[in-house]
Amino acid sequence: MIKSLKASGNKLAMIENQLKVLAGEPFKTELPTFVEKLKPLNQFPLKPNKLEIFQINLGYMCNQVCKHCHVDAGPDRKEIMTKEHLVRCIEILKVNKIPTVDLTGGAPEMNPLFRWFVEELSKIGVQEIIVRSNLTIIQANKKHYDLPEFFKKHNVHVVSSLPYYQAGKTDAQRGDGVFAKSIKALQELNAVGYGLEGSDLKLDLVYNPNGAFLPSDQGELENEFKKNLKKDFDIDFHNLFAITNIPISRFLDYLVASDNYEEYMEKLVMAFNPAAVDGVMCKNTISVDWDGYMYDCDFNQMLDMKVADKSAQHINDFDLEKLAARTILINQHCYGCTAGAGSSCQGTVA
Amino acid sequence: MEKSYYNPKDLKKFGDIADFEPKLAEKFFDYYGEVFKEGALTAREKSLIALAVAHTEMCPYCIDAYTEDALSKGISEAQMMEAVHVGAAIKSGATLVHGVQMMNKVKKQSM
Repeated sequence: MIKSLKASGNKLAMIENQLKVLAGEPFKTELPTFVEKLKPLNQFPLKPNKLEIFQINLGYMCNQVCKHCHVDAGPDRKEIMTKEHLVRCIEILKVNKIPTVDLTGGAPEMNPLFRWFVEELSKIGVQEIIVRSNLTIIQANKKHYDLPEFFKKHNVHVVSSLPYYQAGKTDAQRGDGVFAKSIKALQELNAVGYGLEGSDLKLDLVYNPNGAFLPSDQGELENEFKKNLKKDFDIDFHNLFAITNIPISRFLDYLVASDNYEEYMEKLVMAFNPAAVDGVMCKNTISVDWDGYMYDCDFNQMLDMKVADKSAQHINDFDLEKLAARTILINQHCYGCTAGAGSSCQGTVA
Repeated sequence: MEKSYYNPKDLKKFGDIADFEPKLAEKFFDYYGEVFKEGALTAREKSLIALAVAHTEMCPYCIDAYTEDALSKGISEAQMMEAVHVGAAIKSGATLVHGVQMMNKVKKQSM
């Protein structure tokens, strides 16, 4: 198993080094910065729309170490959200009626309070609870075997990464044996009713490219995944979200180490789609880290770019009005969300 | 003068052919765009045909472009290589079938 950037002492584990790369070439001389792209569209400063998704990172611990992971998650990451912060999140959600709670990690299920938290969210009537499950967690330990039943009980919307419908590319990105375990987990989710046609138990998959290229048409990829997963493994799912790899953290390390960085950034800039700007997830999402700080998105969280208003950066100071009035912080990595048909945690946006 | 006939960066300048002759370039790029739209053939099928032809034409720009296009469309390595073999089979078949012409000539001119 590969190590996280942090555990391996990689210089890109230091956020300032990632920001240095993003501030350097090709943006110094050749390519426009993201700010320069937004200005002529009257989209700078970038402002949020109504808050619809409260995305909570329950911790960076994960049973997998995926090569592209923007969280730099892994078994060695000990950052985990405490009960105090989880309780505060529930208070916020009770008062503010944000329709969707999106639980992510790491593997969110590895937070010992995960089930308690989902039960509490269920009790206060959150409209939609999303869990970003890596699938293999369901088989990682006996205590997780009944997760499909638990998800079903609370009508959790399961969103799972599966970068390909065959083992080779999936294991190359997510680790040896991940594909086989993911398939088994998907079959178990199907067995309790997830992902079946007409079922309210939503099971969506996330595709992200296995290298330095952009995803193609989401609908076309979904058709291929559906056809092949059904034929080879009798697996059903609802939607496929095609997500662009964002040039931060481990994917940035891969781009730099493989000498693909400048070319990849050029591809993102060339594929910039003004129509995607209105749909980017930072417009309707707040991302909360394990320590209770808030960010415009999960990627800004990993770059430690907290929401701009210093008086309302922590959940203890949550203020919906201040968040609504904030300016969204941007950098060159934002090109990842506006390339082609756009990219968000819910797939394409334009 | 360039020291090499092929420069990977030139692929991005393809559109610049319009600088010297805009009307024909516009017609070509419109036609090109139309050809690759989903039609009786899917965009994936067209991408694989393009990849095979890129190899038989031995065009490094086209190989770069359609390998990446195939990757982004989720086409597997095995599918890509089979497409290249289709191109290679037609290319070698086209060479070998001319062997019949050679044989005809040999037979006509031999006792």
